Amino acid sequence: MATPTTTQPRGSAKVNRLGLEKSVYKGLDSTLCNGCGHDSISARIIDACWELGIKAEYVAKFSGIGCSSKSPAYFLSRSHGFNSLHGRMPSVATGAMVANNTLTGIGVSGDGDTGSIGFGQFKHAVRRNVPMVYIIENNGVYGLTKGQFSATADVGQELKHAGLNELPPIDLCLEALVADCGFVARAFAGDPKQVTELVKAALSFKGTAVIDIISPCVTFNDKDDSTKSYSWGKTHNERIFDVTFVPSYEEITVDYDEGQAKEVELHDGSKIVLKKVDRSHDPTNRMAAITLMEQAKTNQLFVTGLIYINSDRPDLRDYEDLPETPLALMPSSVTRPSKESLTKLMQGMM
Amino acid sequence: MAVEVQTKPATQSPSREPIVNDFSITIATKNGSGSQTANATILRALFKMGIPVSGKNIFPSNIQGLPTWYTIRVNKDGFTARKDESEILIAMNKATVIEDVQKMKPGTMCIYSDGLGYTPQRDDVIFYKIPAAKMAATSGLEGKLRGYAENMAYVGVLANLLGIEYVELEAALSHQFKGKAKAVEPNTKTIKAAMEWAKAELTKTDPYRVERMDKTTGMITIDGNTAAALGAVYGGVTFAAWYPITPATSVAEALGYYLKQLRTDPATQKPTYSIIQAEDELAALGMVVGAGWAGARAMTSTSGPGISLMAEFAGYAYFTEIPAVIVNVQRMGPSTGLPTRTSQGDVIPCYFLGHGDSKHPCLLPGTIKEIFEFSWRALDLAERFQTPIFLLTDLDFGMNQWMSESFDYPDREIDRGKVLSAEDLVRLKGNWGRYRDVDGDGIGWRTLPGTDHPLAAYFTRGTGHTDRATYSEKPEDWEGNLERLNRKFESARKVLPAPVEDQVDGAEIGIIGFGSTDPAIVEARVLLAKKGIKTSYMRLRALPLSESVSSFIRAHERVYVVEMNTDAQMTQLLRLDTPELAARIFQLNKNDGLPLTARWISESLQKMEA
Ligand SMILES: Cc1ncc(C[n+]2csc(CCOP(=O)(O)OP(=O)(O)O)c2C)c(N)n1
Ligand code: SF4
Ligand SMILES: [Mg+2]
Repeated sequence: MATPTTTQPRGSAKVNRLGLEKSVYKGLDSTLCNGCGHDSISARIIDACWELGIKAEYVAKFSGIGCSSKSPAYFLSRSHGFNSLHGRMPSVATGAMVANNTLTGIGVSGDGDTGSIGFGQFKHAVRRNVPMVYIIENNGVYGLTKGQFSATADVGQELKHAGLNELPPIDLCLEALVADCGFVARAFAGDPKQVTELVKAALSFKGTAVIDIISPCVTFNDKDDSTKSYSWGKTHNERIFDVTFVPSYEEITVDYDEGQAKEVELHDGSKIVLKKVDRSHDPTNRMAAITLMEQAKTNQLFVTGLIYINSDRPDLRDYEDLPETPLALMPSSVTRPSKESLTKLMQGMM
Repeated sequence: MAVEVQTKPATQSPSREPIVNDFSITIATKNGSGSQTANATILRALFKMGIPVSGKNIFPSNIQGLPTWYTIRVNKDGFTARKDESEILIAMNKATVIEDVQKMKPGTMCIYSDGLGYTPQRDDVIFYKIPAAKMAATSGLEGKLRGYAENMAYVGVLANLLGIEYVELEAALSHQFKGKAKAVEPNTKTIKAAMEWAKAELTKTDPYRVERMDKTTGMITIDGNTAAALGAVYGGVTFAAWYPITPATSVAEALGYYLKQLRTDPATQKPTYSIIQAEDELAALGMVVGAGWAGARAMTSTSGPGISLMAEFAGYAYFTEIPAVIVNVQRMGPSTGLPTRTSQGDVIPCYFLGHGDSKHPCLLPGTIKEIFEFSWRALDLAERFQTPIFLLTDLDFGMNQWMSESFDYPDREIDRGKVLSAEDLVRLKGNWGRYRDVDGDGIGWRTLPGTDHPLAAYFTRGTGHTDRATYSEKPEDWEGNLERLNRKFESARKVLPAPVEDQVDGAEIGIIGFGSTDPAIVEARVLLAKKGIKTSYMRLRALPLSESVSSFIRAHERVYVVEMNTDAQMTQLLRLDTPELAARIFQLNKNDGLPLTARWISESLQKMEA
């Protein structure tokens, strides 16, 4: 295999292809609890963006409200951030991504933010295929309001004050699949490599890329028997694939046997290489993905990886048929029709 | 043909003076019967005859079947407010004919369809029975369309009786159908047949006539929602999100229609805008706020229940200082309420919409022309003040056809407000703060996402923040920020449209009004003057209130605030702003879903004076 010609961010390299050190991609210091899963996800977003050499000035960060939603402050300080309303990140991102088609969107939400108050907006954003990475930092609990059940809590999950949950969980990957999402992944915050590769792949996906990351809340829901705890994740994480993302400017350097891996090409020419682990799952088969997620939900299996990929759907910017110049930057000469046009209209109404 | 022409009513003197260009027509039909085209045709023909007219649709919240009344007022003096009664009734609805006739004053007239099976029971009203179905047959149309053509029968008969010119009727139809002869012809056939029939078969005994004038030259006819949409188009709107709701829906629809026409890039055929039908109003404003934050000229349009849903975003946008324009075409009540009736019930809710300690400039256009003007200005103001701007109209304005002065092209460049570019940041050596009041007007400078400078970014947050947009819980930061927001609000007060005043020498009484009640107030003042009651008039055009309001109040012993809501909301705001003058401020409010009439204003004011 040929050696890549671009600067390699991997390994011990200090700068990425933009010549930037990783510290440039950092945010402010986190104010989340020590050990909170959300912080490790922020670190992975930093890794992914740095490694890909993404220009942070062209990234817009979005979130709703919750501990998870605070995290956009803790990565990419060179990117504009929008910490919006509880559950309403999708609508804000929709407007912004249409207003400026040169922006890359990274959204971070929580299981409460997405699965309860923002459930409708989530589904509609997916339906519209708003171009953005949509990360759900899923801890099965409301962290910021101190330990109430969220809608992703598993049956049998116990919380200190809230007691025992008897209601079935909402599976956000399933919901994304049902809403025709073209990029559906599940990961575990305690599996850094997988999270990083999935975030990288999601950043290249044209459309809404949903990654449901189980992200333990060490303060309110980290008992060993909770399906959202670190120990559960460590012992139950069942990767369906080893995911490797190969950006368009790089050549494939990973070894894999034909037949054991699947290669998916994205719009920008980048590739996702999915190396089968022990389950046979076709991530381009939507029904298979739905079945897999149903089984996982019923049997409390923690399967992770890229569950479904389909890059054929137009994204919202296609649907809106946006012009090349971002709407936000349209000059007045374009946005205000001529005086003659108004005179003509008025004459027609006389 | 069995034609029934009522002999002259006994109560009438045989030689009645003709009444020319001064009466109202009520057309009673069923919703969904296709009468809009007929009514609009009459309205436009009269308008093109140079006679001042207005049309108001009093319609039910129903798609088909419930009663609808359309009133056309013809007035040589240019009074266009709704009147309490009509002199001419066109009865096409069996369900309401008895009641409708009962409401008629002696000496008035009624045209009714023979299809109603109605036998006139009053001898002090002039009746003309018309074979509407038979006339509709001349259209050559079949089925449902034939039914629609029955409406053209009353158009023709009315035209003959009043003297409406046929050529203007034909031109009006052609205008409505955008010149499509296939659509126009069946209708003109029926109109012609009806006119001929009336000429041959009816003896005119009523006094009502129209005569050509020249009082509408240079004027246009248009509905307020189209005016609002056009204002946004010429204001350079680039993003709109909305959710269907009567009576605001046609704002978004007109926006789509005219943007397509005027803002499609000729080279690429691509739109230079985007309109999204959101999943609800909450999302609609969320999208507008997201787009406004990213630098689009963004707006939404809605009515009462939508406003309720927008509350959280309105408060957020106020606090985080994001431009947004919200057009509120006001109607009555919650959920369904009275969705097809008008109201000014959202004044206080819009002014203070949000989480608390939030307030928004509200523009209050009082004419159709002002709706257009304030709509483009709203986009400028939103970006200039980096805050939500409400444009308050109502159903009467929004959905009825109005005669209006034609619109003036914006007299100033588009204002994009205070935005720092990457070059500006280089010049400033990156030293800037999103919420820093560098100009002393309370307005900070913002950067847009995608600005290529390492220090361009800031973090928009609903939390307490410093002037650099970083998290803060410090009491002085919170207070300082809200004080600056108040300064910004005061800056806005100075540039918002000032009230229009007509101070009358020696008048003890002042009238304050706003919005669509203007025609009724204008006419009421004439009625009052006839009774020897002098009044001054101040028409408010924006909230926060202009400083000139208190001097107007001070200049009068008693000030009556005319408004269409139950809680006398503007009265309360006026008292709040001028507590020392509160005792002089009286409420003159009514909220029955119908546009106010001059008579109601004049009589109620006299009662309160007594
Ligand atoms: C409209 C509204 N209702 C309630 C709240 C209070 N609230 C803040 S965060 C939160 C739950 C967050 O849970 P989740 O999204 O799971 O985030 P986590 O803190 O667990 O990361 C709630 C209910 C709010 N901010 N806004
Ligand atoms: S409460 Fe839970 S979710 Fe919130 S910061 Fe602490 S550990 Fe994280
Ligand atoms: Mg949570």
